[in-house]
Amino acid sequence: MTNDSDYDIAIIGAGPAGLAAGLYAARARRKTLLLEREVTGGQIALTSTVENYPGIDEANGFELGQQMQRQAEKYGLQVALTDVTALDQREDGLYSVQTKDGVYTAKSVIYTGGADYNKLGVPGEADFIGKGVSYCATCDAAFFQDQVCAVVGGGDAALDEGLFVTRYASKVYVIHRRDELRASRILQERAFANAKMEFVWDTVVTAIEGAAAVERLSLQNVKTGAASSLDVAAIFIFIGLSPNTGLLDGLVKMDAGRHVYVNEWMETEVPGLYAAGDVRVNSARQVVTAAGDGATAAIRADHYITDAFGA
Amino acid sequence: MAKPKDVTDSDFEQVVLKADKPVLVDFWAPWCGPCRMVAPVVEELADDYAGKVEFVKLNTDDNPDTAVKYGIRSIPTLLVFKEGESVGQIVGFRPKSDLAARLDAVL
Repeated sequence: MTNDSDYDIAIIGAGPAGLAAGLYAARARRKTLLLEREVTGGQIALTSTVENYPGIDEANGFELGQQMQRQAEKYGLQVALTDVTALDQREDGLYSVQTKDGVYTAKSVIYTGGADYNKLGVPGEADFIGKGVSYCATCDAAFFQDQVCAVVGGGDAALDEGLFVTRYASKVYVIHRRDELRASRILQERAFANAKMEFVWDTVVTAIEGAAAVERLSLQNVKTGAASSLDVAAIFIFIGLSPNTGLLDGLVKMDAGRHVYVNEWMETEVPGLYAAGDVRVNSARQVVTAAGDGATAAIRADHYITDAFGA
Repeated sequence: MAKPKDVTDSDFEQVVLKADKPVLVDFWAPWCGPCRMVAPVVEELADDYAGKVEFVKLNTDDNPDTAVKYGIRSIPTLLVFKEGESVGQIVGFRPKSDLAARLDAVL
């Protein structure tokens, strides 16, 4: 007997990895549930433009995520927006997926929890979220028309989002703790050519200050130790990502950065449990690689269910 | 399903501040992807809280005065008003159960 809460495959996290896994699982005619705690699309939902997904010349990130979801739902994927609170494998081999809105079972679980932007961890950061501290330029940049803003970080996200902020802001300082960028060459070229962007090298933010909203940053040069102050109305923070793998504590092995060890089939050491996308070791952390991971995991999960459960 | 009605800079005082019931205001803009995720959740809440709480939405592009007055610098933002005062703020998308819990806490 099965009921509404029993699934063949449960996918946890609706970024590109989870959505691609959902598409493949649904097309394999597996009864599949995709669980998401925030926004479908994952990190790309907050990205203004995706222009490195093959075959898609240029897409709004949120739209691309929605399109992936609609495509998978067309084949029967079910999506639920809720927090997953616990994941266990029972003695009969089925997984129990506990959420804030009920418990589901699944024969196989594909974990695609993705990664979240790191916080700076400096005074003022938590106090000013929504008041000038932002982790999403596409959400918030428009509120800083003709004002001075700062972006922290030196990777693709920092430059991409920083370039987006220049559409509104009068000036964008890019504050980076090193003297060279990690971002892809094409983004570096665009950033250096943008007259509104100014780079502040070898520098970290030590505090975010203001009365009712962000007014200024305290900075420190990491080479000279010199402290300084910079007046800005907003600070956009993109200083790397940490995988959301807390749910897998005690279930699977992880590296020092808390990425899950998997083989080339996205299999963890636990039968029927897969990890794909930003949560796995050695991920290239691209939309296209995450989608590839998700497809691989779903194909393998389909085979696993046939082998382990005989259908 | 109850569609929250639009409020503007000109009728905000009448509809929200002078309301005899608590009012939840969904600050949004057409360019904001996550705002489009919040909208259907707010519609469901509007059904669940029918008669107890009014639900309205305000387009921050068309109504900058109200957005500035309440210091909105990130959307989606939900503000709950009681007797003309803002008593609760939620920034960013949250699942329905979270929003309901936050709403219950300020009612």
